Amino acid sequence: MLSRVAHNLFWMSRHLERAENTARLVDVNLQLLLDVHNLNDRTLAAYWQPVVQSTGDETLFQQLHPKATGQTVTEFLVFQALNPNSIVSCIDQARENARTVRDQLTVEVWESLNRLYLMLHSPRARELWKESPQEFFDEIKMGSLHLQGLTDATVVRNEGWYFVQVARYLERADKTSRLLDLRHASVPARGAPAAVEPSQTDALGWSAVLRSSSAWDAYKALHGAEVQPALVAEFLLLSEGFPRSVRFCVQQLNLALRGISGSAENRFSNEAERLCGRLLAELQFSTAADIFDCGLHAYIDQLQAKLNAIGDALFQTYILQAFRLQSDDELRQQEEQQQQQQQLC
Amino acid sequence: MVPMSTATDLASAHPVASSSGSASSASPSGPFRNYDTQGYFDEMVDPVNGPRPHYARFAQRLGGLSRTEFEAKRRAVDLAFMRQGITFNVYGDSKGAERIFPFDLVPRIIPAPEWAYLERGLIQRITALNLFLHDIYHDQHIIRDGTIPPDYVFSARHFRREFVNFPVPKDIYIHICGTDIIRDASGQYLVLEDNGRCPSGVSYVLENRRAIKRTFPESFEENGVRSVEHYPAELLKLLHHIAPAGVAEPTVVLLTPGAFNSAYFEHTYLARQMGIEIVEGRDLLVRDQHVYMRTTKGLQPVHVIYRRIDDDFLDPLVFRRDSALGVPGLINAYRSGHVSLANSVGTGIADDKVMYYFVPRMIKYYLDQDPILPNVPTYLASEEKDRSYILDHLPELVVKAANEAGGYGMLMGPQASEAEREEFRRRIIAEPRNYIAQPVVKLSRHPTSHEGGFAGRHVDLRPFILYGEKTVVLPGGLTRVALRPGSLVVNSSQGGGSKDTWVLYGNE
Repeated sequence: MLSRVAHNLFWMSRHLERAENTARLVDVNLQLLLDVHNLNDRTLAAYWQPVVQSTGDETLFQQLHPKATGQTVTEFLVFQALNPNSIVSCIDQARENARTVRDQLTVEVWESLNRLYLMLHSPRARELWKESPQEFFDEIKMGSLHLQGLTDATVVRNEGWYFVQVARYLERADKTSRLLDLRHASVPARGAPAAVEPSQTDALGWSAVLRSSSAWDAYKALHGAEVQPALVAEFLLLSEGFPRSVRFCVQQLNLALRGISGSAENRFSNEAERLCGRLLAELQFSTAADIFDCGLHAYIDQLQAKLNAIGDALFQTYILQAFRLQSDDELRQQEEQQQQQQQLC
Repeated sequence: MVPMSTATDLASAHPVASSSGSASSASPSGPFRNYDTQGYFDEMVDPVNGPRPHYARFAQRLGGLSRTEFEAKRRAVDLAFMRQGITFNVYGDSKGAERIFPFDLVPRIIPAPEWAYLERGLIQRITALNLFLHDIYHDQHIIRDGTIPPDYVFSARHFRREFVNFPVPKDIYIHICGTDIIRDASGQYLVLEDNGRCPSGVSYVLENRRAIKRTFPESFEENGVRSVEHYPAELLKLLHHIAPAGVAEPTVVLLTPGAFNSAYFEHTYLARQMGIEIVEGRDLLVRDQHVYMRTTKGLQPVHVIYRRIDDDFLDPLVFRRDSALGVPGLINAYRSGHVSLANSVGTGIADDKVMYYFVPRMIKYYLDQDPILPNVPTYLASEEKDRSYILDHLPELVVKAANEAGGYGMLMGPQASEAEREEFRRRIIAEPRNYIAQPVVKLSRHPTSHEGGFAGRHVDLRPFILYGEKTVVLPGGLTRVALRPGSLVVNSSQGGGSKDTWVLYGNE
């Protein structure tokens, strides 16, 4: 597979997953607001600020908007073209990535992505957004899930498919950790968090995190209706079977990486595989206590750095390397020339 | 059954349409009751007898549809094109740069004998052009014998001196050709230009056909329409045919300028249909005169390149040094015979509108035949007699730059302002070699849906010819239609649309 094509497939998948997760993030926070009392400018800003922070685009936000209100934050995260990570920007980029490698996609995948793109750029998008934000976000989420289903059901399991998988799970692991990080202010910087009463506002916050990850039902089935910060963190980071948990994502990421190279699960053939395997082992053999010993926020920061390192290593191995070959080649040729002249002497 | 028309002998050099006066069809009725051909040759409607016999069934089908039903079908097709992203880019338009190529639902229909005539004419023409290219890049007999003045060849912008005496694989220069054909007021087919570099539009032929099959499924069986679906397979066969000697399973790629090119949709479409990689210049590299592509598994050899970028941009070491689209060293690899290109380098000279003037002479010279498809009468500005004629008759002529395409660099004498004409007068005097002029041809028209009814719009036809082991003319082609009332410019960049082209198995 052409390196450029792999690169485009990777970013198509990643942008799409990013759009879906942003939709989840904003949707849940809007719903959550309905349960919050005593809303004023200050509490609102305190409420929305962490949402922006969790995306990592705080500086850009401050440049574009004087203060964090529901309106400015949602505009920034949903429609703002100047924000490269807004939903609209992500779908635009995913669609542009897809258009560039149109020949690699099935008709179903391409048309479905194109449809999502056209919907977001039609007047209906804003109308729906005004009438019912929830339906609007559902449409984005469904669009993304629909595409994932189509990819699973129509795409040959070849290298391209594995690049799509790698991107999806890398992005999802990162975003799940960011959703969880939204709540870090409510737990101690180090050590286990205190138990929370179901009536407390805080409990609502934690259940919102669960719902935004589609984890609400799965969590309840496991732990009952009582939402405890330590259990939520454990579930979203370490659950083996929940498809949006960080551990699950890293496991899938690991498989997909090996799908690309063909190397065995207990070996590695490049840096990305080594880093991913190591992270997976860490997650497999960690407990909630390990996380809170480190501190939730610090743990998540480290986790995100590790995920980024895997992404960088992947880029180095499969994309950049192919483009470096030429200069390496020239170097070799020049070296060979030198030897010839020495032989002639 | 409408009785068979007594077809005019289409083999003669000047055939006329086969239908007028001979069929027993009733006077205009149905959707064409008030249709006015306004003195033009209309592809579908005979001013006296109504729809021509080969259109009779389709006209009947259309007559059975209410306006609302027709509009619903039209909207469904537009929507499908948009959803499938069958769009083209308009240069210099950054916002909303993608548009669908407007598609008109009324197909152009060509009966078998007329098509047989066109096919013979096209095969004759591409054969002569390939012989001409081989000749001028080798012994140049046609110049030595004085059939074409040497100046015209050597001053042609796309003549590649570097390729004189270079043996191109299988001696084929133009592999893929998209000749533009028009019809004049008498219904005579004329060649307008030969596009022997990177003719585009075939993806629209295939997609238009898919769309119209969904829209009028019944019409295909009842009319007996020849299929166009085999084009990608034929093209791939051709590309395999020219692979370097000794390569049993050649890797074929399509080289595109990139996603911002107006024809990018077509490039990905064809690559997908043929199951080959689509590459950009930066995906390729040359090492020891072999071409490789950069893949996730390292370098992989490439043997045949269906290139959709111009000669000038192919290789910055040989042609334009600032080309970021090309591959350094590609021409060297080509010259060493390790990679084949389609079309070959240097075919642009056949697209030079001055060379066009000489194509009938080439046919006579190489094949000893009379041209089956005539040219549009052409005046060369560099011939003194012609030049004074051109300058004296600017308001009646179409002036064209010898090396432009896509409707650019053109003066439509009758519509132009005095200032525009003066501008061209100045240019013609300054650079006579670069201009030709032709009388304004009253292009044939075709009923085209317009505000719920049908109106006559000017059309041309671009058939696609593949010149490989054997010569294949795709039965169909892109019928381009000038959607603006009265406009003669059919180019998509200038408000043109397209129609599906049906070639029938039979007469009607």
